[in-house]
Amino acid sequence: MLGLNKRDTLLFAIVIAITLLAPIILNPFPVASDLAQFNAGYPDLMQRFVIFGIFAIGFNILFGLTGYLSFGHAAFLGVGSYAGVWMMKLLTMNVVPAIIVSVIFAGLFSLLVGFISLRRSGIYFSILTLAFAQMSFSLAYSVLTPITNGETGLQLSLNDPRILGVSQTADGSIPMTNFFGIAMRDGFELSMGGWLFTFNAGYYLCAAILLIAFYVSIRIFRSPFGVMLKAVKSNQQRMLYTGLNPRPYTLAAFVISGMYAGLAGGLMVAMDPLAGAERMQWTASGEVVLMTILGGTGTLIGPILGSGVIKYFENIFSKINDNILHDWFAFLPDGLEDFVVAIVYPFVGKGWHLTLGIVFMLVVIFLPGGIVEGGQRIAGLFKRKPPEDKNKTAAASAPSAAE
Amino acid sequence: MDAIILQVLNGLDKGSAYALIALGLTLIFGTLGVVNFAHGALFMLGAFCAVTLNELLRFSTETVDPSRTDFLGNPLKVKTPYVENWFGPDIGGAMIEWSVPLAIIFSIPVMIAVGIAMERGLIKFFYKRPHADQILVTFGLAIVLQEIIKYFFGANPIPTPAPDAFIGSFDFGALVGMQAGSIIYPYWRLVYFAFAALIIGGGFLFLQYTTFGMVVRAGMADRETVGLLGINIDKRFTIMFALAACVAGLAGVMYAPINSPNYHMGMDFLVLSFVVVVVGGMGSLPGAVAAGFLLGILESFASMSQVVNLLPGINQIIIYLVAIIILLIRPRGLLGRKGVMEG
Repeated sequence: MLGLNKRDTLLFAIVIAITLLAPIILNPFPVASDLAQFNAGYPDLMQRFVIFGIFAIGFNILFGLTGYLSFGHAAFLGVGSYAGVWMMKLLTMNVVPAIIVSVIFAGLFSLLVGFISLRRSGIYFSILTLAFAQMSFSLAYSVLTPITNGETGLQLSLNDPRILGVSQTADGSIPMTNFFGIAMRDGFELSMGGWLFTFNAGYYLCAAILLIAFYVSIRIFRSPFGVMLKAVKSNQQRMLYTGLNPRPYTLAAFVISGMYAGLAGGLMVAMDPLAGAERMQWTASGEVVLMTILGGTGTLIGPILGSGVIKYFENIFSKINDNILHDWFAFLPDGLEDFVVAIVYPFVGKGWHLTLGIVFMLVVIFLPGGIVEGGQRIAGLFKRKPPEDKNKTAAASAPSAAE
Repeated sequence: MDAIILQVLNGLDKGSAYALIALGLTLIFGTLGVVNFAHGALFMLGAFCAVTLNELLRFSTETVDPSRTDFLGNPLKVKTPYVENWFGPDIGGAMIEWSVPLAIIFSIPVMIAVGIAMERGLIKFFYKRPHADQILVTFGLAIVLQEIIKYFFGANPIPTPAPDAFIGSFDFGALVGMQAGSIIYPYWRLVYFAFAALIIGGGFLFLQYTTFGMVVRAGMADRETVGLLGINIDKRFTIMFALAACVAGLAGVMYAPINSPNYHMGMDFLVLSFVVVVVGGMGSLPGAVAAGFLLGILESFASMSQVVNLLPGINQIIIYLVAIIILLIRPRGLLGRKGVMEG
């Protein structure tokens, strides 16, 4: 279907189902229950899942396929964000032009950065991209303040000269971002029994774009172009011997992943029209690296899983404070309760970064294939095969691990 | 003229910090072939050694002094640090005041222990894995170290003063016979530069003129042959890793009075130090030191108001700009050896 083989069609169908039903799946607990704080089905967070999913999918096209580790991808996201906000300030509150312009600007910027950075490989490439990203970040903070509004961040104001649209609404407030009239903040709430599900227009726009982005990434992975990129990763020397120049392929991958980052930046702006320089800082670039590795580098679904897990942790885990912990362990005797809380506390709440760092290290050390490889290993444990088949399954699972 | 001297001096202290961190990074890369993204975290750990010692020395008992009263008329509570009780107010007070230099002694064993633990416990398993994996795992480690420090010390910078003797500035202009007051330079930064020069010089002498250093250099050139000669090169490389950690830590200890330590100071320095290493040439120790000072001085020149007026924003990006140009026209860096990571 759609030019995909059976396996990929199945995967794509699962992703479609999950993204469309996310408001229900992510809200498994009734509102009134104690566990309601684990519900992730509110629009703000779901949008972030999807946006960072797109960002990570794009990063994976570069890192997963070609093996070039960029530490500067946040710069493209930042450029996309700024371009998007300017589009809204100058042209219209419709999100479509903003997103398109974000992608174009991020693509142009990544073409420039990629053209220079890709002259080197390995660690030098990482440092070059890092240097470019830090340069953009510093410039956005200082000299480019007329464009970026420096530390405050670029925001909409009441006297923007919006060509197609009004500077302010009738009641004197800033108009809302919309998709041909559907406000991004709109949605309807469905109350069923104790459960409350929110279906948000902005989320479904992001989800639709995620599905397109995911489909494109599957097609890239399965195309001759994708095979070339894998060749870049495995052996550039041999590629040169066969008369193929790896540079244009790598540059194309770099620009594509930069455009994905710009798309993510544009969507961020479409959901919440402001852009700050801290989006370009190298820690933000590090975050997308974490997501991709955690989920599974070079796999199709891995980056989405990774970004989902990290954003979930960031928003839900970090809300657990010591009162909640005391509630949970209240069944233990007092002394023991305090002891357990004291042990668990550093890892949750404000300390969730510690958990993230530890999990990330464990993944890099023991599970280089990320969550996807972990899933495959667990699935492998349950699949009982006759002994003589074992070699066959090992051989069959090896290529699928590398997909 | 005086403006130029002032900028050179200003560049020296930042340059010293870059040079010290870059030296450690290069040592680790040259010996173990590992790209250590946690090196900035080691710098930060060093700075927090100074903070810890300062707080330990200030640990006080509270006694009530009936002869004096506070403004409400209650007996005054006097806090006396334990060290003043033990060693008398003179020596004890001096110990608190000189806590940063004392932290050097305190931090050496700590950093060596941290270095050995890191190498034996983690880095050892990554020699055979690609550079990307090494970057990633040490990046994760840096996050963990940062968060541990943040848990114990909080997110705010902790001011750690230098000894009173070094507070204030001295008049460099008067010293070299120029108009008094034209070049003013804080004492502590001069101390920092002297300290860095001492460490760097000591490091080079150690590598150049001791048997241990000779073996390490031989191992950097050809690890296998040294191994075949029956020398346990792994053990020596572990020690070198610990020493590199120690150098980063000492750089951090002495930097604490210049810039109040906070938990992410290491990351800020790390990015720049990597740029320094790349500019100097991966695996070249003199290159790392030279590039450290060069970039430090360039940075301070670029922040002169005349330059900034001419090219706005140049002070923010000069280091990265230089790095990009160097990498493109001279991929192996200023003093890089042929064939080492030329990628």
